[in-house]
Amino acid sequence: MTIALVHDAIDTAALARSVGNEACGALATFQGVVRAQSEGRSVTGLFYEAYVPMALAEMERIAAEVRARFIDSHLAMVHRLGELRVGEVSVAVAVAAPHRAEAFEACRYAIDELKRRVPIWKLERYAEGAPAWRENCLHPAESDA
Amino acid sequence: MTALPAIRVRVLAFARVRELLGWERQSFELRSGARTGDLWEALVASQPRLADLARVVRLAVNGALTDNAHPLQAGDEVAVLPPVSGG
Repeated sequence: MTIALVHDAIDTAALARSVGNEACGALATFQGVVRAQSEGRSVTGLFYEAYVPMALAEMERIAAEVRARFIDSHLAMVHRLGELRVGEVSVAVAVAAPHRAEAFEACRYAIDELKRRVPIWKLERYAEGAPAWRENCLHPAESDA
Repeated sequence: MTALPAIRVRVLAFARVRELLGWERQSFELRSGARTGDLWEALVASQPRLADLARVVRLAVNGALTDNAHPLQAGDEVAVLPPVSGG
């Protein structure tokens, strides 16, 4: 199980390979990619920072929830930190499961929960004007919410 | 009359809170028996603009989210967390 925060490019193919196994007939992956536009503004790049120990602990909790909810599933989840350019992968999730329904559902659960509650922050840099911190939701929610 | 012993906690600030406060980590001295809410008030006293974020900021003590009534111990690590935006 790979759960990590990294400063270099994410090897998404290696991440997908890391969860595959003979009991799993489905492999679902998700990649978050830096967009060139945000709410009509031209984006030149993103900066991510994290409260690393808490972020890793929360990602491990999400992984444990995936294992409990989706029997025989295998998850890997990596988030990038630091400066990213447009087109680079900021986050990658890979889930292997016996069948596709659980693989898709588990992959979606993991990325949705990461965005909702893992203490990672994104600063958008624009072609014009001051950079701005983004918000995914009103509060970082309790892990048992 | 002797003063109550003070405790020292380590405060970590992230993202827009870090920028507002102008530091990433700092040690704070609080009276013994202080709670998270007392620390928040000390932070707002040092940077009044932080008050604008009172409704969205969460505090974590030693990596666990808490409310304003959490009693602080000497050596605690308190993180000031604005709304998250990973992904």
